[in-house]
Amino acid sequence: MSYVSNSESERNDMLKKIGVSKFEELIEEIPESLRLKKPLALDKGKPEFEVVNILRKLAAKNKDSSEMTCFMGGGAYDHYVPAGVDAIISRSEFLTAYTPYQAEVSQGTLQSIYEFQSLVCRLTGMEIANASMYDGASATAEAVLMALNQTGKNKVYLAPGLHPAYKAVIDAYTAGIDLDIQVLKEDSGLVEMSQLNDIDFDDAACVIVQSPNFFGLIENIKSIGSYLKDKKAMFVVVANPMALTILTPPGEADADIAVGEMHVFGNGLNYGGPYVGYFAAQKKYMRKIPGRISASTEDADGRKGYVLTLQTREQHIRRDKATSNICTNQALCALASTIYMTLMGEEGISTAASESVRKAHYLSDKLAVLPNVSLVYQGNFFNEFVVRLPIAAEEFINLMEKEGILAGIPLFWFYPDRTNDLLIAVTEKRSKEELDAFVDAASRVMKSSKVGVS
Amino acid sequence: MTEPTIFELSVKGRKNNYIKPEDGIGGDIEKMLGKENLREKPAGLPEMTENEVIRHFTRLSSKNHHIDKGFYPLGSCTMKYNPKVNEQVARFSGFSEIHPFQMTGTVQGALHLMYDLAEMLKEIAGMHAVSLQPAAGAQGEFCGLLMTRKYHIKKGNDKETVIIPDSAHGTNPASVTFAGYRPVQINSSADGIVSADELERVIDDKTAAIMLTNPNTLGLFESDIEKIYKICRKHDTLMYMDGANLNALLGIARPGDMGFDCVHFNLHKTFSTPHGGGGPGAGAVGVSERLEPFLPKPIIAKNEDEEYYLSYNRPDSIGQIHSFYGNFAVMVRAYAYILSNGSDGLREVAEAAIINANYLKEKLKDTYHLPFDRHCMHEFVLAGTNQKKKGVKTLEIAKRILDFGIHAPTIYFPLIVSEALMIEPTETENVQALDNFADILIQIDKEIDEKPEFVKESPHNTPVGRLDEVLAAKRGDVAYIE
Repeated sequence: MSYVSNSESERNDMLKKIGVSKFEELIEEIPESLRLKKPLALDKGKPEFEVVNILRKLAAKNKDSSEMTCFMGGGAYDHYVPAGVDAIISRSEFLTAYTPYQAEVSQGTLQSIYEFQSLVCRLTGMEIANASMYDGASATAEAVLMALNQTGKNKVYLAPGLHPAYKAVIDAYTAGIDLDIQVLKEDSGLVEMSQLNDIDFDDAACVIVQSPNFFGLIENIKSIGSYLKDKKAMFVVVANPMALTILTPPGEADADIAVGEMHVFGNGLNYGGPYVGYFAAQKKYMRKIPGRISASTEDADGRKGYVLTLQTREQHIRRDKATSNICTNQALCALASTIYMTLMGEEGISTAASESVRKAHYLSDKLAVLPNVSLVYQGNFFNEFVVRLPIAAEEFINLMEKEGILAGIPLFWFYPDRTNDLLIAVTEKRSKEELDAFVDAASRVMKSSKVGVS
Repeated sequence: MTEPTIFELSVKGRKNNYIKPEDGIGGDIEKMLGKENLREKPAGLPEMTENEVIRHFTRLSSKNHHIDKGFYPLGSCTMKYNPKVNEQVARFSGFSEIHPFQMTGTVQGALHLMYDLAEMLKEIAGMHAVSLQPAAGAQGEFCGLLMTRKYHIKKGNDKETVIIPDSAHGTNPASVTFAGYRPVQINSSADGIVSADELERVIDDKTAAIMLTNPNTLGLFESDIEKIYKICRKHDTLMYMDGANLNALLGIARPGDMGFDCVHFNLHKTFSTPHGGGGPGAGAVGVSERLEPFLPKPIIAKNEDEEYYLSYNRPDSIGQIHSFYGNFAVMVRAYAYILSNGSDGLREVAEAAIINANYLKEKLKDTYHLPFDRHCMHEFVLAGTNQKKKGVKTLEIAKRILDFGIHAPTIYFPLIVSEALMIEPTETENVQALDNFADILIQIDKEIDEKPEFVKESPHNTPVGRLDEVLAAKRGDVAYIE
């Protein structure tokens, strides 16, 4: 199937009008030795129905949520997406537009970005936000880069509960910079508080705390924020937006920057991408933040409109002095989040969040009373928690898979000594029946397992 | 008409009940979360019914120009038609409803697709290995430079700089800085390319890499490339190719054969995945054999039993640059596109893109100044200098183009052409669309002679008139406040 528009005779006619007798004359600037002498070693083009069949077969080799019940989290959650989201983001007007370089014919995109920024600000309690980042991890890494640039310091403190992949991305992003990354001491999965008195935060670029953290635990960001309030180090909070209509938003904890992963609002699991990072900050950092920003303005007749603003921060103007190298971001995913937040409203998001919390607690209570199963942490948690099993978590997951359940994430992948610890996430989509089925299946598979203790 | 914001449309008490609390699941939320951790003030999100929300965003959508509506000759952005079948397959639940941390045994189809896509990209670009992880072109560049850095450190090379042509995309120097190198500019020759002689003058043993866009942003092939390769080898300088313009090379020539050590692919340009008003894209990188050990991890691998898995055992890797494995749903679309086109179709894409650009260039070069008058590849750059002499700037010409239901070309870029209009028609436009665009540009030139004020005050037929960017920056209104 080809999508080339002109017919053979039109093509020949065009070549004539260009003034060449054959196509090859147009590429004479390419040295002869570099021109391919034979076709690429790929299949020839296929008709559309064959392509659909190939993709359908590949899709069928994946066990998706139609056959599995998902209890997996770790930064990607199976929340419900109302049908209205896809209806709008499938519209050609949004789907097939480019970055809004010509504002007068991009008002749909620009106003929706402005609305996205406004929603992010309200949710996080911050004053400004950008149009989006690639994902939660890169948004966090960009926050580190901004803090280094802003403070001129080179020491960064990370909470022990920061998502290991986010830490890995920070490490990769800062490989070219002379940097001292310290992980704060842990107490029961949380930041150990007494150490905060002993650290010289005037000598650091930033402190990064995620809440709810990788283990699902809620950090007391208000307390941490109060320690950092008069210090030179910037306070960066990584927050799951799903929690923010209920839990302390970064703005109420005196955060300088709030970042996070927003796929939970209106973007499906998609095997990890595309997702959408958000980036919000206090107004005083307006000229320091990365990425595109939409702002309101007026046209010649005084009508309201929107444009990309403060572009002198950006790579296409400032080049090597830019605040970031980001160009293309995740606009359509941000639009999906905007539509989600608007459809759900504050009450709807709070309901989705509190149902996730209650169901997670229901499941953790039931699991904790199974023989030889224990909750690893006693702290308050959101919709995700860690259980210690009598068998290896990986084995447990494989056994549960046969029961039609995606049981969670083995912490062993990130912390090699934690073989029996399993991270379980619950969303509002899981019914009581599914939660009970998880408990039944768990009890059954642990009994049947060779190393299981009955 | 001005569309109110969602905050202005909000009416207290309106709602949709997508989620209802389930019976039999109770418990005190405050106790579960801890009283000290609760939000004090409500966020203030809008309250609207579904009908109102859908109408609001539908009305907004009508204010956008988009490729399904009309011509979009935005240079270096490759705004080609986005086939609908790619949208259909990306929405199969087997792709859209799988979790990134599922055991690899349950996602063999996804891994198979990623493995195959990487193999296809390897063949298309003539590279040794491919990572699909970068989320966009700029992240691909950054990834390439981080690998370059690791390569030199491992070899004990003392490198400080990266050479970038004056015609380069802004992301290039920005990525260089963030990777810890210093960009050094090389000036384009009178022919609009990087000459081997000039490179000899600029390069030294501290040069870590050279970043070239090929064809470059003038739409010209870097015809000294073989000499450039030899010079770079002498200094152990790696060659990076910005693949934004890869559309011109499909089935014709390959970066790997030219000696490039790294190239990024913009799946949202060359491989037709929709740009979504500014993303998501995907910026896969291909590398030479010597850079392969440094690829981000995990990479998708296959064992003797034809089972696909995620390989993390890569001690020299630069690590991870994405939360998971990159923009998977974008990869699905690009994969479908490559299957549809095949080897014959991809070559046809490049040929048609080059013919369309040359055809349009010939039609316009008598009216607008063509600074580099020779055959171009997939795009070309005009200069609105004749028009500027008559008092009308390129920005104003661009705004006037919008009145005709067509998007303007990229303007004022590349920086080395004053009053630049960078035009990339792509292969999916027919000859009538090109003729129509040429007629419009010629008409605008006439208007500049006859009624210059009218052109200067454009656009006239767009949802809003010319917007005041200075006012926007002065106000700094980036979030709605009641």
